[in-house]
Amino acid sequence: MPDANQAAVHGGAHVDIHNPNLQHHFNDMAQQQEASTLGMWVFLATEIMFFGGMFLCYILYRYWYHDGFVAGSHHLDLFWGALNTVILIVSSLTMAFAVRSAQLGNRRGLMVNLILTMGLGAAFLGIKAIEYSAKFRDKVIPGRHFEWHEVDPIGAQAFFSIYFAMTGMHALHMVVGLGIMSVILFMSWRGRFNETYYTPVEISGLYWHFVDIVWIFLFPLLYLLGRH
Amino acid sequence: MEHAHENAGHHTHGHIAPLSMYYAVFGALMVGTAITVAVAYVDLGFVNTAVALGIAVTKATLVILYFMHVRWASRLTWVVIVGSLFWLILMFVIAMTDYLSRGWMGVPGR
Amino acid sequence: MPSPHAPVTAPATNYLNATHGLASWLLTKDHKRIAILYLISITLFFGLGGLFAGIVRLELLTPQSDLLEPDTYNKMFTLHGVVMVFFFLIPSIPAVLGNWLMPVMIGAKDLAFPRINLISWYLYVIGGVLTLAAILGGGVDTGWTFYPPYSTVSPSHVILAGLGVFVAGFSSILTGLNFIVSVHRMRAPGLTWFRLPLFVWAHYATSLIMILGTPVIAITILLLALERGLGLGIFDPTRGGDPVLFQHLFWFYSHPAVYIMILPAMGVMSELVAAFSRKNVFGYSFVAFSSLGIAVLGFVVWGHHLFVSSQSAYMGLIFSILSMLVAIPSAVKVFNWTATLYKGSISWDAPMLYAIGFIGLFTIGGLTGLFLATMGLDIHVHDTYFVVAHFHYIMVGGAIFGYLGGLHYWWPKMTGKLYSEAWARVSAIVIFVGFNLTFFPQFIVGYLGMPRRYAMYPDEFQVLNVMSTAGATVLGVGYTLPLAYFIYSLVKGPAASANPWGAKGLEWTIPSPPPTENFLVTPIVTEPAYNYNPGREVEVA
Repeated sequence: MPDANQAAVHGGAHVDIHNPNLQHHFNDMAQQQEASTLGMWVFLATEIMFFGGMFLCYILYRYWYHDGFVAGSHHLDLFWGALNTVILIVSSLTMAFAVRSAQLGNRRGLMVNLILTMGLGAAFLGIKAIEYSAKFRDKVIPGRHFEWHEVDPIGAQAFFSIYFAMTGMHALHMVVGLGIMSVILFMSWRGRFNETYYTPVEISGLYWHFVDIVWIFLFPLLYLLGRH
Repeated sequence: MEHAHENAGHHTHGHIAPLSMYYAVFGALMVGTAITVAVAYVDLGFVNTAVALGIAVTKATLVILYFMHVRWASRLTWVVIVGSLFWLILMFVIAMTDYLSRGWMGVPGR
Repeated sequence: MPSPHAPVTAPATNYLNATHGLASWLLTKDHKRIAILYLISITLFFGLGGLFAGIVRLELLTPQSDLLEPDTYNKMFTLHGVVMVFFFLIPSIPAVLGNWLMPVMIGAKDLAFPRINLISWYLYVIGGVLTLAAILGGGVDTGWTFYPPYSTVSPSHVILAGLGVFVAGFSSILTGLNFIVSVHRMRAPGLTWFRLPLFVWAHYATSLIMILGTPVIAITILLLALERGLGLGIFDPTRGGDPVLFQHLFWFYSHPAVYIMILPAMGVMSELVAAFSRKNVFGYSFVAFSSLGIAVLGFVVWGHHLFVSSQSAYMGLIFSILSMLVAIPSAVKVFNWTATLYKGSISWDAPMLYAIGFIGLFTIGGLTGLFLATMGLDIHVHDTYFVVAHFHYIMVGGAIFGYLGGLHYWWPKMTGKLYSEAWARVSAIVIFVGFNLTFFPQFIVGYLGMPRRYAMYPDEFQVLNVMSTAGATVLGVGYTLPLAYFIYSLVKGPAASANPWGAKGLEWTIPSPPPTENFLVTPIVTEPAYNYNPGREVEVA
């Protein structure tokens, strides 16, 4: 392309050229922000497929082992499951508030909401730990020591295998989320964000909401089978 | 210049929604959770699963549209979300079609 | 190689010598340097995978299991598969040529996320080290497919090798993510979608597979590891699991992964065929959309790997038909490249030899794929050497020919040095001959019924196996030649001009090797890709 090198582009770049948050390979802040947001959405697409593999296992084994799944689901503690659902929804609200505070340049609001979000996330993990230890006590951990005295032990073991795989992977994502939020909290404490630059807060929020959405599906699928 | 076209209409500052919207969505999510749990105790046969999934999808949609600001996002974001969900369902449907159509032939092992 | 045109500008500093020291390479965020890091590490793994292949072929020289114990043989073909698929073929063109060229071809200074690009290389290295640890610790013997239930009980290092593949998978995901965002958000002004080089289209399609398919194999291998390590019952039938579900999940990624390997090579082909016949690619938009078509169709054909499993015969029928549909976009590409050659001003430089070789070998590989897609015929040839020959025609005859062709084509741009054209042509021919001698007999021996993955075989298959091993030796020599003259060119090769081939494309408008920021001023694109004037000497930009 012969004349490709003839001219430089300056349109729109004047305003942002001195913004310290603009990386050198982007033309302007808008381009940088759009790239980061799109990148996070594409990453979340990969996460959908990642969890999707486990959901496929769930669908098949629930179809195969209906009785075992119902019996296994009865064994889960609905109270803790519902409480955790509420906790995650509240944490999504505080996360959304954190992003909103960042948009408004409200550093204090941002930090308070981030801390609330992290606290709720930690509470979720704590409750998950209580539930897991109850499962250990009841010996419903899949493997050689699995004990099941109700219907369909094979199906129940499949249920608990799926349960631990899915909730374990979800909890791992929560831990990663807490790590990300710590970094964001540190950055906001250092005053790195303002009205013109808050993309890291925004895309971390997307991740947090995604993990919340996974739980929105896990809760009814695992805890609410055949409660009637 | 398509690149510029994609940029057109974008607000660098993002969409700042009023607090009331967040509270409304939050309330809807809580109500949805309560209904899911309540319905689980009523025997509706296969409808139980349909209702539970329907509510979960609604809740997820609310989070995506309002908490994740997709309602105000670019068309490309929509394409990414819808495309990946479509792919996921494609995987489910094709794999489960295998399991559901086994035995139709009446030949053992097929 | 044609005599170099007068050098445009040969600035003293370029991306190779802008900064010095090991740290400046290992911590670089320059996509071009990361591509070089990938080039080196991928070449090492290619050597390792080739070594395993050589051992396998040596063992198969005789019908008895005399060089290796059958158990060792199982490990050898497994490691050959794991290393070649996950650590060479999948990253080869995207991570080396793609990484180097994608930002340049879209007129950008770098990929959208340079730091993530570097992280992806480190993930690749970590994955490689984990797999190497599994190899040194005694290897894996499940086959590269890690099928349960054997993989849940195999005494070899399944978890470690699987973890390596898992981590390397994230490297692939991040590369795909970076490409997709860059193509959407980083294109230079005037560079519309239909002015993009077909190399970019092919990589975009590849990236779609990377981001939609790779997570599925990641979770599949993770579940397998959890099953082995923690005793969950996901795929093990004794614990209520279904091994065929593993096959579904595995091939949901691994069949499209075949297109991760071949699509970038097809992108390279479009560049080579256009450049060396001095013509616009015939039916540009058809070739562009056929890449997307292959990527999409590739996701709905995975069941043809399960024809002899317990998969329902009705689903097999559907998969059989869908698999044959892939022939359409593939054929579109082959026909359009051929039509591009027609009345072109063809020059037979080394990259073009690879391109012509690719078209022929890919056609053979693709057509034999139709045999395998036919459910009834597949029952006969399933898990025979026919399958082995088929996918090596695609993987080696397609992907590696594309990789080598591309490497020869862009080597002067990447390094600023010219290699020996005569040696390059010799090596292209040696590789072509060696390849066919290795793999064509396998079609026959497979059709006659020799199963894959056994250390022993009946005596009557020996002649064909000896031919195959002889071919592998020729192929091995052919592969070492480029290694030799490429390294030699770095030391003694003459300097390359900005556009030694007289080719079109943004990458040929910048110096060889280019500066770190690629373009000193952002280019404005005003014309379609491959805007060649047939029959006229092409101006050098």
